[in-house]
Amino acid sequence: MNALIAGVHEFPDRKTARSALEIQALSARAALADAGLTPRDVDGYFTVAGSGGTGPLPIVDYLNLTPRYVDGTSVGGASFVVHAHHAAAAISQGRCRVALITYGSTARSAGVPVGTRERIAGDYLDQFEGIYGTSTVGLYGLVAQRHMHEYGTTGAQLAQIAVACRRHAGLNPAALYRDPITVEDVLRSPMISSPLHLLDCCVITDGGGAVVLVHPDMARDLPKPGVRILGASEAVAHTAAGRRDYLVSAAAQTAPRAFGEAGISHGDLDLAMVYDSFTITVLVTLEDLGFCKKGEGGRFVEGGRIELGGDLPINTDGGGLSSNHPGMRGIFLIIEAVRQLRGECGERQIENCRLALVHGTGGALGSRHSGATLVLGRA
Amino acid sequence: MTADYKKPLPEITAESRPFWDGCRRHEFLVQRCGDCGAFQHYPRGVCARCWGRTLEWRRSAGRGRIYTFTVTHRTQARGFKDETPYALAWVELEEGVQVLGNVVGCDPARIAIDMPVRVTFEDVTPEVSLPRFEPA
Repeated sequence: MNALIAGVHEFPDRKTARSALEIQALSARAALADAGLTPRDVDGYFTVAGSGGTGPLPIVDYLNLTPRYVDGTSVGGASFVVHAHHAAAAISQGRCRVALITYGSTARSAGVPVGTRERIAGDYLDQFEGIYGTSTVGLYGLVAQRHMHEYGTTGAQLAQIAVACRRHAGLNPAALYRDPITVEDVLRSPMISSPLHLLDCCVITDGGGAVVLVHPDMARDLPKPGVRILGASEAVAHTAAGRRDYLVSAAAQTAPRAFGEAGISHGDLDLAMVYDSFTITVLVTLEDLGFCKKGEGGRFVEGGRIELGGDLPINTDGGGLSSNHPGMRGIFLIIEAVRQLRGECGERQIENCRLALVHGTGGALGSRHSGATLVLGRA
Repeated sequence: MTADYKKPLPEITAESRPFWDGCRRHEFLVQRCGDCGAFQHYPRGVCARCWGRTLEWRRSAGRGRIYTFTVTHRTQARGFKDETPYALAWVELEEGVQVLGNVVGCDPARIAIDMPVRVTFEDVTPEVSLPRFEPA
């Protein structure tokens, strides 16, 4: 991969009267300024398909841009991590030089019950899955239940993940929820879809952000040190004709490829930004990324290992569990990793953060989902 | 029969019509590939293993075990809000394929992984019967 991340911006508000397009415009403006670039420099555009299904068209129109490379890949919350992979590949091949990734959503203001509404996509599969009161929380609950059965994982172990993210959110002034919580708080919060309680589930916010990637030959002109994309990989895991092991996620496919491309091992990493739609998402992903063996995730997340000061701090912004989740979260994984690698994280800064892993998960672990991994390094 | 079924109904297509016609007769059909012999669910126009086109419909005994389940206590899913708690499970049929569906006919608190179940059908409209699973 021959590309640098040159600019990032996370829209600061968790509730806003602005539209999804305006959130993207303001984020794009700030991320380009962060990269020392102007709208005229943008020649590649990446975002998810909105309700109209035309991907980047509305926002490219709104911003009055003329990209020569566009990509509207929509694979759920991991989409923006996939976009970074695609943008880096396009830049490496000379198909564009300045790629802009944006996201905006008003899920909170619109009152969208992201996790608890029926999961009906409008496609052929709905008639076999979506009509049975099947929610996103429920589909992740299916995986958590099986993990507990096979490996003895406990609700208290899952809760450790929520507790860690909340502790980190307390150090992030922009996070939605900042007051500390305990394992008991998680276990006493209302059951949504067993075994997942309310505090095992991500928040619902308004928000968005933007990421700017550039060709490395522009590095000298950047106001801040670029962040290198050292490895990238994506995958899909699905119902497999009715013969699926639902405890193995797409990360099992992406991790060997991304680690191999980057030429690093697990112990080299200073930070892991792991998609946390639900606590179980993190636990399964950490196993499949290879930080511990399958089934040992429950013990791995105990004892502060995943908190700041631990062996593998995760989600230092507070994650989707406590800071920001407007329906899709992948872009924030990249943004926080870049801020950490640049040393911009204030109270929650990891000392001398040099190497970070990003892993996005989109869709539902309990039916079909996308996974995308990036390895990011300080230039 | 419930005249005013408030939950989502399957949008049946030509491709899935034989499956839903089977449900109407209270038969659970799975596809078997005439080329490679693999069973599959959900039904589709090609064999998911070999992409062969010689698919046959076989009547399943409808017996299996719960692979995993979740009991939902809070939901915004249409029609389900007033029926909590309800159970959703991946059931592994004896044919070796997993089927997603609701588990009925027992207290959700009694449901466990590996519990033997069998298919049952609920005639929810004059045209549609839905497969459910109940303790075997």
